[in-house]
Amino acid sequence: MHLLRLHFAVALSGFRRYATYRVATAAGVFTNTVFGFILAYTFLALWHERPHLGGYDQSQALTFVWTGQALLAAAALMGGGFQDEFQERIRTGDVAIDLYRPVDLQTWWLAADLGRALFQLLGRGVLPLALGSLVFDLALPASPGTWLCFLAAVLLAIVVSFAVRYLFALCGFWLLDATGLGALSGLLSVFFSGMLLPLSVFPGGFGDVARLLPWAAMLQVPADVLLGTHPGGAAAGLAFQTGWAVVLLAGGRLLQAVATRKVVVQGG
Amino acid sequence: MWVRSTMAYRTSFAIMLAANFATTALDFAAIMIMFSQVDALGGFTLPEVAFLYGTSAVAFGLSDLLLGSAERVGRRVRDGTMDVLLTRPVPVLGQLAADRFALRRLGRILQGSLVLGWAISRLELEWTAGRVALLVSMVVCGTVIFGCVFVVGGAFQFWAQDASEVQNAFTYGGTTLLQYPPTVFGRELVRGVTFVVPLAFVNWLPALRVLGRDDPLGLPDGLDLAAPAVALLCCAVAGAAWRAGLRSYRSTGS
Repeated sequence: MHLLRLHFAVALSGFRRYATYRVATAAGVFTNTVFGFILAYTFLALWHERPHLGGYDQSQALTFVWTGQALLAAAALMGGGFQDEFQERIRTGDVAIDLYRPVDLQTWWLAADLGRALFQLLGRGVLPLALGSLVFDLALPASPGTWLCFLAAVLLAIVVSFAVRYLFALCGFWLLDATGLGALSGLLSVFFSGMLLPLSVFPGGFGDVARLLPWAAMLQVPADVLLGTHPGGAAAGLAFQTGWAVVLLAGGRLLQAVATRKVVVQGG
Repeated sequence: MWVRSTMAYRTSFAIMLAANFATTALDFAAIMIMFSQVDALGGFTLPEVAFLYGTSAVAFGLSDLLLGSAERVGRRVRDGTMDVLLTRPVPVLGQLAADRFALRRLGRILQGSLVLGWAISRLELEWTAGRVALLVSMVVCGTVIFGCVFVVGGAFQFWAQDASEVQNAFTYGGTTLLQYPPTVFGRELVRGVTFVVPLAFVNWLPALRVLGRDDPLGLPDGLDLAAPAVALLCCAVAGAAWRAGLRSYRSTGS
């Protein structure tokens, strides 16, 4: 009970920390909207040539674009969030202080990142999607049930994204400076989440494999849950995300145990 | 100094360079996947889109290498390190450009050049002196125009101290926009990009002439040769904006 309250407080501070930067949030909304427009036009041209490409009609494809912009910051699809700070603490050795605390490292950062993600979803997610729906004809569902499933899928997307970034950041224990690896993590995530192009448009076996990777859980699956286009239905999509979340979080615990045994604190 | 400091972590630098190369390469991979499904986008073939992509990526990459650090103005204003730059007898902009001069940005230039080279080999154009001159001018003027966007964005941050994201919309957004044919976008958007932020002069207008394409806006004929003049004009505007920004700077803490 005490631990739960603590994690809630950590999440709340993560939320409030990002909520402080109002101008930055407005700037982010502007950027997400500009990119949404650019992508929406290229998708229009693409779907004009090939209607029903990837199993989406034109308005579904546009909805995919704006869902991507809405989740970009929340699910940290380009990387970042807690990752930069955690990596910096590993590099400078401050992580030794964190390890001394009577709280688990992984759940601490997860709580902080969930708080950040919730703010980004409200601050940088809702507005671009709303603006997009004003200008373009989007295929947003009317049923509240679908929206609830979508919210669950978004939450799982954020958790999977956290779990992947945590694994990459932990590699800093061996590389010392993990910024390069962080960049690699970000670009894998942008490409294989469906941010550049829906994974269902990827050709043949490559597309099939891409849809099974954890990054698919970060955007492709939530978008398909929202559009009602996930093969096997929304439940299968949520199960896929849950599976990856469990596997990756467990992997993070394992790697964390190995990594923390490596820490040498100078003078202590 | 910054070059040496990045080299201190060699593995990380190598991964960074590769990541920088791959980030932009994946943008192009997405375009190739699009073309695995269609023959033309907005009426343009893959080599033609690759030509737009390559010219935009090289020009942007060069300006990012030279002036990309200008986006750190906001952070410097916030943490007070701007003052340090003002005390030195060297132009502030020059110091900012040298700050964290990041060689990893070579990745984007390299990748853009490769795509551009491939596009040129596939376009089956006759490379007359005029076309070659136009291509060189595209890279040079494009670099200058993007560089001016970086400087204006930096100047804007003297007022809006944590709004560096707005700059991304014009820089990264701009280069993404120019990687696709102008016919893909709504006419209003193309007009805005031509006349408000003159990004269209980076590659759209000159490229249409190189490729022998009609201009979707039906602009006067000579305008596609106006890039050098536009680049000079941009420099004047960026210079004025930068000086105005610097003048309005108030140090933190008092």
